Amino acid sequence: MKTLLQGNYAVAEAVRLARVQLVAAYPITPQTPIYEKLSDMENEGILPGVMMRTESEHSAMAACIAASLTGVRTFTATASQGLALMHEMLHFASGNRVPIVMCNVNRVVAVPWAFGSDQSDSLSQRDTGWLQFYCEDAQEALDTVIQAYRIAEQALLPVMVAIDGFFTSHFIEPIEIPDQASVDAFLPAFSIPTRFNEADPAYIANVVNPEQYMGYRQKSFEDMENTRPLIKEANEEYQRIIGRGYEAVESVNTDDADIVLVTSGAMTSTARVTIQSLREKGVKAGLLKMKLLRPFPTREVQEILKNTRKIAVLDRNISLGKGGIWCQELKAALYPLENRPIITGYIAGICGADVSPDMIEDMVVKALERERSDDLPIWVRRDQ
Amino acid sequence: MIASEEQQEYMRSGHMACPGCGEASTMRLVLKVLGEKTIVVIVPSCVGVISATFPNSTFKVPCFHSAFEIAAPTAAGIANALRVQGREDVTALAFAGDGGTFDIGLQSLSGAADRNDNFIYVCLDNEAYMNTGIQSSSSTPQGVWTMTTPGGRQGRKKKFMQIIAAHRMPYAATASIGHPHDLMAKIRKAKNIKGTKFIHTLTPCPTGWRMPENLSAKAAMLAVETKLFPLYEVIDGTEYRITHQPLGLPVQEFTKIQGRYRHFTEEDTAILQREVDDEWEQLVAKTKGCKL
Ligand SMILES: Cc1ncc(C[n+]2csc(CCOP(=O)(O)OP(=O)(O)O)c2C)c(N)n1
Ligand SMILES: [Mg+2]
Repeated sequence: MKTLLQGNYAVAEAVRLARVQLVAAYPITPQTPIYEKLSDMENEGILPGVMMRTESEHSAMAACIAASLTGVRTFTATASQGLALMHEMLHFASGNRVPIVMCNVNRVVAVPWAFGSDQSDSLSQRDTGWLQFYCEDAQEALDTVIQAYRIAEQALLPVMVAIDGFFTSHFIEPIEIPDQASVDAFLPAFSIPTRFNEADPAYIANVVNPEQYMGYRQKSFEDMENTRPLIKEANEEYQRIIGRGYEAVESVNTDDADIVLVTSGAMTSTARVTIQSLREKGVKAGLLKMKLLRPFPTREVQEILKNTRKIAVLDRNISLGKGGIWCQELKAALYPLENRPIITGYIAGICGADVSPDMIEDMVVKALERERSDDLPIWVRRDQ
Repeated sequence: MIASEEQQEYMRSGHMACPGCGEASTMRLVLKVLGEKTIVVIVPSCVGVISATFPNSTFKVPCFHSAFEIAAPTAAGIANALRVQGREDVTALAFAGDGGTFDIGLQSLSGAADRNDNFIYVCLDNEAYMNTGIQSSSSTPQGVWTMTTPGGRQGRKKKFMQIIAAHRMPYAATASIGHPHDLMAKIRKAKNIKGTKFIHTLTPCPTGWRMPENLSAKAAMLAVETKLFPLYEVIDGTEYRITHQPLGLPVQEFTKIQGRYRHFTEEDTAILQREVDDEWEQLVAKTKGCKL
């Protein structure tokens, strides 16, 4: 049976189903409905844990880290300025190897002040040592949050689940909410050891020398690499028990495609429709949906795109002085290919600006005509 | 009287504090009272040095070296997790310096105190950022020399206990290694109260205060007996009680043994004396009508 829910509420349902024991949060648009919904659940006695209403996102993450070290399952959610304020704590979480799951509702980062969706907030936290998943819709958000706990707790690394502000967070969609027994079968009770044991006291986060520090970083890097099979396994198990799943990279009609469009997040739904209509018009277009940013699914994209001649990357984010972040990541991943494809980067939909099927169609057709990759992205704006 | 279970030591010898470090002595006394069922949160400060480097540990209880501005939410997160686990017999304890408390950690401490999360916060106040090499904080007294106030600090020491009292925490107190029994009694009390407890300790720093290392305990004692740092407690932010009647020695008994006050003129000292007397009067006024 499906329930009509906005994406934010779907995330809150996932938190409840995951039997999260401690939620620490602070309000920011467009994340607030998650915080409010969890407060309602606490008020009704259906959230099994405690809520900490912190005075900032920075403290929310600090509390999650401490509680996780003490041995309980934790959750927080934020967006934009809140995530930026957390920055120091994001490194601190991954360094402490705590399996926190956080939902980030993508929103532009000021200035100028605005509220629309833009992945720059979470993409710019790429190097903080978190796994990062980007979701296309509310159902995927719910399922990914539950999967994230299993992966995080096996890997002892934190996981960020990103959804597009307003598009995914506030649109009401029919959602399948799994039953508690199925989620329990998929997600074992939190059982990572408490790092605070009075009988065997340890000093956590000690000061180390350069060799030790570097060794620790290398070990962390290797452990992040080792999450690849865990991510795959979690999805297969979820598929088996709950009946839905999502690839780290999803390909649609890429095998015979003359051009592949690469997207992530909510824009993917529009892109699916566009690819379909392009096919009907005789353009052999394919779609690649990027769900996973870290660890970057290099092997998967190489395998899918090894025979593709032309690629268009759609980025709802911008790194000044370079271009779209997914485009950069993809270019680096495809560099070792023998037949390097021609890649065109597009910047579109910044701050939730409209990205319609006809705009995407135009981007794909134009990218198909191009004979060389360009360093700079092409800005696609309705007002121009 | 020190109870028999308080004969135990929870700090190992050979730790990395400078000789005469007031922070080390304070932590030692606090931990003696709290015992083995304690989780210690430390943050960047001299405590981060005192706690030793990998693979050593100064503390015989579990310890977490958290980040600078989050001593309170870290202890609060631990306390709430302990609650979820039914392990409320364990005390969450935070140690933070004056910089970590008066300045960068003020917001997060305020948030935790507002929620009244269940932990003890001990501020180790040596009146400057000592770990980074003696820079001025908002706890540095007016006129005092530091590396960033070479001509003496312009601002005045923040009245931190007033900020704490404004939060109406169930228990707050000042304490000092110059009066160890008083300090331990306050920790004993804090241990048995639920909610956020704040202990403001003055921790002399021979290195930063520019004084001989054997004068720490004396300096701490003189700060109290000159009324510069009175010993008192505040219940629920309203009930004040002075726990030790000071001798009322002249302030220069305290300042003259420290190089950081060396440039003080007679007039500077007279101003300081007047301020100390005024504040003492204000404190005494607050205790009037209190039931304690
Ligand atoms: C966010 C952040 N800013 C600055 C620092 C650098 N820092 C480390 S310890 C310290 C001084 C701490 O002073 P205080 O809290 O008074 O403790 P003390 O060293 O005097 O014991 C500073 C500024 C840091 N670790 N983190
Ligand atoms: Mg200090």
